[in-house]
Amino acid sequence: MYSRAYKTAVAAPPLAWVAVFLLAPYAFLFCYSFWTVSQQVIVHHWNLANYRQLLDNAMYPTVLLRSMRIAGSVTLLSLLLSFPLAYYLSFRSRRKELLYQLVIIPLWVSYLVRAYAWKTILGSDGVLNTLLQYVGVIEHPAEFLLYSPFAVVLTLTHIYTPFTFLPIYASMEHIPRNLVEAAQDLGAAPMRTFWTVIFPLSLPGALAGATFAFVLSLGDFLAPLLIGGPSGIMISNVVVSLFGAAYNWPLGAAISASLLLLVLALLFLVERIEKKLSFS
Amino acid sequence: MNTTSSAHRRSRWLLIQTMAVFAFLYLPILVLIVYSFNGESVGGFPPRGWTLRWYRILMDDDALWSAVGNSLLVALAAMLLALAFGLPAALALDRASFPGKAVFRRLVLLPLILPGIITGLSLLMLFVTAGMKLSLLTIALGHGTALISVATTEIFAGLQKMDRAQEEASLDLGATNWQTFWRITIPNLRLAIIGAGLLIFTLSMDEIAVSFFLIGRDNTLPLEIWSRLRRGITPEINAVSTIIFLFSLVMILVWYRVRTRRGEELAELVPLKP
Repeated sequence: MYSRAYKTAVAAPPLAWVAVFLLAPYAFLFCYSFWTVSQQVIVHHWNLANYRQLLDNAMYPTVLLRSMRIAGSVTLLSLLLSFPLAYYLSFRSRRKELLYQLVIIPLWVSYLVRAYAWKTILGSDGVLNTLLQYVGVIEHPAEFLLYSPFAVVLTLTHIYTPFTFLPIYASMEHIPRNLVEAAQDLGAAPMRTFWTVIFPLSLPGALAGATFAFVLSLGDFLAPLLIGGPSGIMISNVVVSLFGAAYNWPLGAAISASLLLLVLALLFLVERIEKKLSFS
Repeated sequence: MNTTSSAHRRSRWLLIQTMAVFAFLYLPILVLIVYSFNGESVGGFPPRGWTLRWYRILMDDDALWSAVGNSLLVALAAMLLALAFGLPAALALDRASFPGKAVFRRLVLLPLILPGIITGLSLLMLFVTAGMKLSLLTIALGHGTALISVATTEIFAGLQKMDRAQEEASLDLGATNWQTFWRITIPNLRLAIIGAGLLIFTLSMDEIAVSFFLIGRDNTLPLEIWSRLRRGITPEINAVSTIIFLFSLVMILVWYRVRTRRGEELAELVPLKP
């Protein structure tokens, strides 16, 4: 239907742009990861020293594992919060449009600002501590609230819950209502209907939401810097310091390249599971 | 009956749970707004003495306002760039076949799911290798490139909803590909393009992970806020955040008007009996 010229004209510009500004940069990341720094100068001498260092120095695997634990907790909590919310909105609420907008609105509040708000709440002279002292629950401020992995998990959960909610809600909205009615007509109790009809059919949405929450919180470095303290340092903070004061771009690139490969492997896996879910 | 009362209990439980999640989502926003009017500079409870001091300080803060100007400029440039490449990308994915199409699709969408630090660092290496000086331009290029993903998905979704018969009729009646593009395709996609543009603009205004690595001398608003937050609690940040929040609410209402004018009918769903 469309001429060859038309197809070329729409395909060529984005292809060229993406090749230069996405593909080439990701390739550079891998190139740098095989180079080294000597006397504050990056030497284009190909070797595996950076990757060997990542495996030999126990600090890197430890921080990566901690990041994965934090990201895993965020994912789990976001799912636990958004699943009942999505179910309520999709199946029980009469004002779903309004409530849907209410879930979306926090997404429009700046990421930084929300992280900062948690700092105001959790700090030693923050809202929560002074409130607890005011009503007499505690005498001295609880210091463990801020500057801890807990604070990072709480903040990231707050940020990614709406993101997890969206695909779950979308997949629940796509469930044919006559399936649910059939289950009820055949005498299934609401709980049974939920577990045998609604839950399995909303799994693809949950998977998409969980992937989003996990990957984005795994690579986060702003919340840990702002409210994580020394015990809340994540893998991207190590990268930031290597690209800043520590000045070792190649090592930082090796960590980022490993992170990129990890994420790509995860996305590949998720796509396989998604296909299986939609066939069964 | 026993089953009815347990069903009642469960649905009350679900309602409580829903309200708790909403409370969790809105608590920080509420704190933010309340403490932007707090008389003291530390955030203790209860808030003491209402004041507009932080808003007055904000009005005279030249560094902050020039950061706002920078952010608006970057967001506008990023929006134009992302739309200029996202629109043809969506059309190409919809109607052209070329080698590597599947890889192209994944690559375009990758910045959407990838942590910002990876995209930011990769672009930093490109710019350094090319000998480009870091400035607002590099940030705009970074945002624009990363947000082609949003433009492509939004416009592609618009194409899926479009009535194909109009384009076919136009071509059958002898219009050229370009006449059809300008007179049929673009007008039909108008609202998808506006929606994508609004979304890209807002995302760029708030973006920080990519900007973090591509920043030159001039700060964008999130980076200006970031540098102040690192110095400690500063109540004027509460004030500027409250303003941004209200601004976002206005943007949502605009977006809502655009969507309802598109005539998207709300799905008529049978309310379930408990």
